[in-house]
Amino acid sequence: MHCSCVWSSRALSPALLPRLLSHAGCWAPGTKPRGIWSSPRRLASAVETTQPIPLPSQARVVICGGGIVGTSVAYHLAKLGWTEIVLLEQGRLGAGTTRLCAGIVSVAKPISIECKMADYSNSLYEHLEEETGVKTAQYSLSEVSKLHPLVNIHDLVGALHLPGDAVVSPPDVNHALATAAAGHGVQIHERTTVNHVMMEKGHVTAVETDRGAIECEYFVNCAGQWAYELGQASETKVSVPLHGCEHFYLLSKPLPEPLQPSTPVVMDMDGRIYVRAWQGGVLSGGFEKNPKPIFTEGRNQLEIQTMQEDWDHFEPMLSALLRRMPELEVCEIQQLVNCPESFTPDMRCLMGETPGVHGYFVLAGMNASGLAFAGGAGKYLAEWMTYGYPTANVWPLDIKRFGNLQSSRTFLRHRVMEVMPLLYNLKVPRWDFQTGRQLRTSPLYDRLDTQGARWMEKHGFERAKYFIPAGKDLLSLDASKTFYKPDWFDIVGAEVKCCKEAVCVIDMSSFTKFELTSTDDQALALLQHLCANDLDVPVGHIVHTGMLNERGGYENDCSVVRVKKNSFFIISPTDQQVHCWSWLKKHMPDDPQLHLEDVSWKYTALNLIGPRAMDVLGELSYVSMTPEHFPSLFCKEMSVGYANGIRVMSMTHTGEPGFMLYIPIEYALHVYNEVMSVGQKYGIRNAGYYALRSLRIEKFFAFWGQDLDPFTTPLECGREFRVKFDTDIDFLGRASLLHQRQEGVSRRFIMLVLEDHDTELDLWPWWGEPIYRNGELCGTTTSSAYSYTLERHVCLGFVSPPSLDGSPAAVTPDFINRGDYEVDIAGQRYPAKAKLYPFSSLFAQQRRRKDEMELSNFQGK
Amino acid sequence: MHPERATMPVTSQLFRGFPLAKLWGSSLFPCQRQLPCCPTSHRPTSSQPHPIWPTAMPVRGYRRSPDLHSYNLTPPQVNSILKANEYSFKVPEFDGKNVSSVMGFDSNQLPANAPIEDRRSAATCLQTRGMLLGVFDGHAGCACAQALSERLFYYVAMSLMPHETLCELEAAVEAGRPLSPILQWHKHPNDYFTREAQTMYFNSLRTYWQELIDLSSPGESLGPREALLSAFKRLDSDLSLEAQVGDANSFLHYWVLRVAFSGATACVAHIDGSDLYVANTGDGRAVLGVQEEDGSFSAHTLSNDHNAQNENEVARIQGEHPPSEKKTVVRQDRLLGLLMPFRAFGDVKFKWSIDLQRGVLESGPDQLHDNEHTKFIPPNYHTPPYLTAEPEITHHRLRPQDRFLVLGTDGLWETLHRQEVVRIVGEYLTGVHQRQPLTVGGYHVTLGQMQGLLAERKARASLAFQDQNAATHLIRHAVGNNEFGAVDHETLSKMLSLPEELARMYRDDITIIITQFNPHVVGHQRQGGES
Repeated sequence: MHCSCVWSSRALSPALLPRLLSHAGCWAPGTKPRGIWSSPRRLASAVETTQPIPLPSQARVVICGGGIVGTSVAYHLAKLGWTEIVLLEQGRLGAGTTRLCAGIVSVAKPISIECKMADYSNSLYEHLEEETGVKTAQYSLSEVSKLHPLVNIHDLVGALHLPGDAVVSPPDVNHALATAAAGHGVQIHERTTVNHVMMEKGHVTAVETDRGAIECEYFVNCAGQWAYELGQASETKVSVPLHGCEHFYLLSKPLPEPLQPSTPVVMDMDGRIYVRAWQGGVLSGGFEKNPKPIFTEGRNQLEIQTMQEDWDHFEPMLSALLRRMPELEVCEIQQLVNCPESFTPDMRCLMGETPGVHGYFVLAGMNASGLAFAGGAGKYLAEWMTYGYPTANVWPLDIKRFGNLQSSRTFLRHRVMEVMPLLYNLKVPRWDFQTGRQLRTSPLYDRLDTQGARWMEKHGFERAKYFIPAGKDLLSLDASKTFYKPDWFDIVGAEVKCCKEAVCVIDMSSFTKFELTSTDDQALALLQHLCANDLDVPVGHIVHTGMLNERGGYENDCSVVRVKKNSFFIISPTDQQVHCWSWLKKHMPDDPQLHLEDVSWKYTALNLIGPRAMDVLGELSYVSMTPEHFPSLFCKEMSVGYANGIRVMSMTHTGEPGFMLYIPIEYALHVYNEVMSVGQKYGIRNAGYYALRSLRIEKFFAFWGQDLDPFTTPLECGREFRVKFDTDIDFLGRASLLHQRQEGVSRRFIMLVLEDHDTELDLWPWWGEPIYRNGELCGTTTSSAYSYTLERHVCLGFVSPPSLDGSPAAVTPDFINRGDYEVDIAGQRYPAKAKLYPFSSLFAQQRRRKDEMELSNFQGK
Repeated sequence: MHPERATMPVTSQLFRGFPLAKLWGSSLFPCQRQLPCCPTSHRPTSSQPHPIWPTAMPVRGYRRSPDLHSYNLTPPQVNSILKANEYSFKVPEFDGKNVSSVMGFDSNQLPANAPIEDRRSAATCLQTRGMLLGVFDGHAGCACAQALSERLFYYVAMSLMPHETLCELEAAVEAGRPLSPILQWHKHPNDYFTREAQTMYFNSLRTYWQELIDLSSPGESLGPREALLSAFKRLDSDLSLEAQVGDANSFLHYWVLRVAFSGATACVAHIDGSDLYVANTGDGRAVLGVQEEDGSFSAHTLSNDHNAQNENEVARIQGEHPPSEKKTVVRQDRLLGLLMPFRAFGDVKFKWSIDLQRGVLESGPDQLHDNEHTKFIPPNYHTPPYLTAEPEITHHRLRPQDRFLVLGTDGLWETLHRQEVVRIVGEYLTGVHQRQPLTVGGYHVTLGQMQGLLAERKARASLAFQDQNAATHLIRHAVGNNEFGAVDHETLSKMLSLPEELARMYRDDITIIITQFNPHVVGHQRQGGES
């Protein structure tokens, strides 16, 4: 029932192999050879009627888009028991990208949620036939020994065989899904265009089409290429950041000796091409280095018309194909197909409820993997709509990771031109996009840039990674894209050393900053409900707390300052700007006395890390900054230099001593200059986020979005002390946490210190490495860094004991302390020491304050 | 300087003692004309180590040190030489009200003489409509061509102006008010104006427009044909007059004499909407690139060369002089055995009486006395003038299929056939801007064949992409074409690395302006005009 797939790459990194292999192993092949690639016309017949059925005047859900994504959502909603589902398609079902796409379901995807979706899609397409009788044509695994008769292997050093990959006919799957959905009561209307989505008080109320309006509670935008435009066509504009690119593939006539349908799909990442068997010949396309973006201006058309073929553009891919399969030279051309695909700014799809509009869901931007993802993504979205959340962590795909700022057409056009080639690029650790940069910057950007800052981007904001010292050879730093020890190693080491011994300043202005105020105690009441930790603290105190969902999982991890009795300053990770805002808004009572404001842009944040930070600040403010006078986790408004009203907070997000300064932006340059000039005699220097990362990981600080996610509870990562169990305040997630506390956690966040790992010569751990306990797979790492203090690599990750009877087993201290742990980096296992707490004794000599003071500062952003 | 075209100090000194006829008739001529395009004599694979000047060296007696042999230029060096003088102008697209039939032009020049004797000009008429473009090929120095490049368009612009505009202009000058600009120049930074002579130029021009005012009545203006004719003749007579009158300033005096005693041809186009006028004096040429229905390009020549190859010209000149001079007036394909172009500006040696020439030279500045060239009177000089600057004027109504106009000095036309010129430019312009997309259709094409075809297209495109300027691209072909008609880096490198004193033997100065028409506007205007 499946077709195998060969990935080949001359430059395929050894580090990538085990990651891919681990996905490959999770799928068992079946066998059921079928016919191939039916005509797209066939699919419409089952649901098409000559006279359009009148539209219903109301429905519960209206889905816009009859491609594979839309029909998958409809199917899964119906399966979950939804009724009154209407699916609208402006042209005919599957007439857009679905009609043309190449039909490969590959399960080798860069991140685990995508693998899960592809896996599910694969099995779904298999079962569809049983349900509907519509054949979805998948192919059997061929002999692994003789995988492909045509491949030229002379220049290959390795190949990867993914027997789980499948080839299906997208129109057939589309048809099958539509048929199955219709069987579950979904009404499908073709040739119906959605013009406008109506809203009232932030809720979807109705959809206006060219054939009349439909009242509805929920709207799902699955419009593919046109999702951006459709998003703009609603009362409150919805930002769906995606952009189309032309995508070409070649169809050949049958070979003299027809290629068997069972021949595996070949992906030659270096040649940037894929090749599959097609009607005895081949189908081959690719992801070129110079994509052609289209529809930047938008184009409202019914179906993607037959697009121009562009042979000159296809030339590099044709050459790659003939290099990989020289025998194809004599094969005749059938057609060059131009099939536009939509791409997103970070190569991951857009899923979920849009911020600000209740009931408006999106599933689009599949980055040329629509077929592979449609099944799984449709299922998750249907669950999301049904239960309020999907059954897996879809944060990497959540549309709320983007905001309006990624909605510029110019930005999208430029970014997708970078994204599309990446599909077949080797994905090195710590990739930074080159396009769409310098959008949001701190007022200090130019100052830092001239001092050698190298930049990374988060949510459109430029942040310094590290600072290249003057005189350092810049050319040698261009080669930082490696799985081994990167060239910035010593630079970051020096910055870390300075943080430990003197003082460093890190510009952390990108953080999301909200202010919640009320006339009475409404603000406190809201936060007490949303936050796990107790916010009823004296004015001036800082509280680290999670915002949990009902399952007790982290929706956000933030620091809240009680600035006044009824005024709170909430500091969240940068990429929480949209998500946290909508989370707060969703739970805020409709009370004019309660006011939430996004003040991210109003403050520049400087982090002064290091033992001498208090000396620098003391000199600038004539206030004693010693722990006796300025205890940890405390916030004071004070003057720094000439500037008054600076919020100084005794925390550093790293566990090191120091202060965060929140500076109204007009004072930013002044304060920075003062700090740098006064700091000179204390050895102050600039530092970047890589140093911060090393510091926080060696202190075992978890990071939301990487280590923490909506499926991780405070108990699983040892943060019970930040949960107000001792009060009887009913905060969100309390019941689940209490339950979990009773049952015990089945997974635990641990710290692993690598042993016998040669930093110079061995591949580095980055994230996602498998963790073994006594030789058994027990988890994966979520982040890692080199600790310059321990002179070892530190990995953070989750482990869970093997379940004995199918139900999850609870983690015991023995499980952590009495096991031989190993971390597998590219097939090489390195012994590691597992820890539940940081090596506090190792840091003793640098400690200036009490242990628990810093231990309570378990914070990373 | 054209050694074969007119006497010049260097050659006349070098070959003193040789019979002049032999000098111009034999040895230099074949190698100049044949070498760049002769396939057998300098094939790169030839066994001769330095095939490009085997014949030239013994004749000229040049002995060069071995460093001459290392003429390998890198492609970037070649490009920087070729692109040094390139200039592009795009007519700005306004709000659609002012759509021009000209989309813009590319121009370039490649020197062979040092300094170059070719000049070029391009300007938009601000008081009347239309655009002026011209190439000027100087001989016996660059002074005359330089003067033309600065002055001729003002004369044309004046001639085109209606009576009222001229009166306004005169009134403004009279009252000392600032003048509204007459021309908007589109100049390469290397194109310069002779600042010292501007006052004199202006005074001559003012006299001209005052006469135009006197001769015309309100509501009248000359048509483009009459305007061009009048401007050409008037400027040439002003050049002559200024030299006779001289100037108190000895530098200027010397300058006007240099202008008058040197010569230049001119090929000028005036484009206003669908009306294209070409005024030609000499052997420059204007060729229209016409795109046929099958997409190929054909050449449509809009000017006649004024040289010995043009029978009408030979007949004209012979007819203008007594039958006794029939044998001497055109000898060895040259005017009086000396001058290649049969019409030219300046060149008072072929226009003034012997007495006038002597008189002017004697009263002129001392520098002239050492100059062999100016003292030399052409042989058989009986009934001057022998030379005129009167242009031949062609009118062409632009059609949508007329895609571009190539104005070039003879340096271009003697290396490339006009059909070849039009093909190269046409393919460049369509290739860069709208390369014909490839479709398989119903044909049987194998992947291998397609790959070969695409590789070929890519190679062609990458060559074109080296040049952002059609004129540069054409020069690249003119200089670097090998025997297969393809640009060959080795040939280019050799031709461009010739030492100054040799370069002139293998090629002439080349100046090209390629004007692109806007087919939509042209078609529209024609319809509008006809309805």
